[in-house]
Amino acid sequence: MSFDIPEDCRYLASHEWAREEDGTVRIGISDFAQDELGDVVFVELPDEGEELDREDDFGVIESIKAVSDIYAPLAGTVTATNDVLLDDPELVNDDPYGEGWMIELDPEESLDHLLSPDEYADQIE
Amino acid sequence: MSLRRPPLRAAHDDVGAQFTDFGGWDMPVEFDSIRTEHTAVREAVGKFDVSHMGEIAVSGPDAGQLCDRLTTNDVSRLAPGEGQYAAITDEDGTILDDTVVYNLPAEADAAYLFIPNAGHDEEMYDRWVSHREEWGLDATVENRTETYAMIALQGPDAPQLLAEQTALDLDGLARFEVAAAAVAGVDAFVARTGYTGEAGFEILCPWDDAETVWSALECQPCGLGARDTLRIEMGFLLSGQDFHPEENPRNPYEAGIGFVVALDTDFVGRDTLDGIDAEGPAEKLVGLRLLDRGVPRHGYTVTTPDGEELGEVTSGTMSPTLGEPIALAYLPEEYADPDQRVRVVIRGEPKKARTTTTPFLS
Repeated sequence: MSFDIPEDCRYLASHEWAREEDGTVRIGISDFAQDELGDVVFVELPDEGEELDREDDFGVIESIKAVSDIYAPLAGTVTATNDVLLDDPELVNDDPYGEGWMIELDPEESLDHLLSPDEYADQIE
Repeated sequence: MSLRRPPLRAAHDDVGAQFTDFGGWDMPVEFDSIRTEHTAVREAVGKFDVSHMGEIAVSGPDAGQLCDRLTTNDVSRLAPGEGQYAAITDEDGTILDDTVVYNLPAEADAAYLFIPNAGHDEEMYDRWVSHREEWGLDATVENRTETYAMIALQGPDAPQLLAEQTALDLDGLARFEVAAAAVAGVDAFVARTGYTGEAGFEILCPWDDAETVWSALECQPCGLGARDTLRIEMGFLLSGQDFHPEENPRNPYEAGIGFVVALDTDFVGRDTLDGIDAEGPAEKLVGLRLLDRGVPRHGYTVTTPDGEELGEVTSGTMSPTLGEPIALAYLPEEYADPDQRVRVVIRGEPKKARTTTTPFLS
């Protein structure tokens, strides 16, 4: 099975993606991660304004079969959360890099320390 | 210890199933998605490889008596071709396992067959043999767990789909009845039983013919994930999770299966259970519906609205059919009535819940 790994994202080894858009960074979980979890039924997200350090767990994602923490790929302050997921958590399965995004950060650092798409592809091979 | 592999292990791998260790067996947990598989069974039909279930054959002049004295239900009531649900209890009335006992049809090469849960086959084989010795009964006991594959076909369309592969009169096969019949040309036992609350069958066929039967029954393959959500919606027990002789010892009255206890028969645990039946159990397995968001899971604490601890969730899930979180928990007897307010503590947060009767599906 092959998984979608968009070129415009960088990745954390624990399967989160980060994408820079006009000075903010949007964060979600990868196609591989949503497939491993299966049907997502519940997402718990942080409050806006919360300050995250790199690899802080900032939320929880529950599928029918598992509970998983979600980790911040980089340090920053939460500026937006995708509250649509509270009612439609299955968007994480349907569109993990699009409508299934989780939070936006005002970043305190660059994305340079994260895995490139190729490096992430090697990890999940 | 290496995992036991069902005969269809490679076939499941070929279609991309995810696997999990269940009762010492390497079993498919998910083929497509739990929701897809669950919905197929509720609305159409799905097939499950349940070859991890044990099979113990018992024959000889005292076979019926041996099974009767080791299970809570009344085996003497079973005519050939009939089965019954039962608990296997110890002297304290604690459930060791739950099972279905079949009085096999006359053409079978054994008199009785019972189905222990995954990983319990050797323990139950030993239990039957040691009690046969202790009681001086004349019976042969044989562990056929790796002789038979077991395939469950479940859902409203199951009878129609199975009818395409067998000449057996399926309309004439009542609930818990079993017949010998060819399925897809393979000699098998077909029982009208299941673990989903839907119409359906469980098919026992020779281990090496599993793939012939499996592939002939063309429908949604389902894994243990959907098997779990389907059974929780019905409030059916899972051995080792909703009761466990060491970690969570429970008797049939607490577990809500007092209907399988035939106190007018003689079986191990009978006298203790007679006393519990007279007094009433102190705790009962109760259904819970969560009003707040969250997924209740095994081991989560249940409290009063004031935070006083009442018990623990034994099974829970987000019900795919109802779209709401549901759970089973042992609570003090006074919480057995529906619509009582409790809390389920999820990651430190008390979530509102109400007690309810099971099955969760009407």
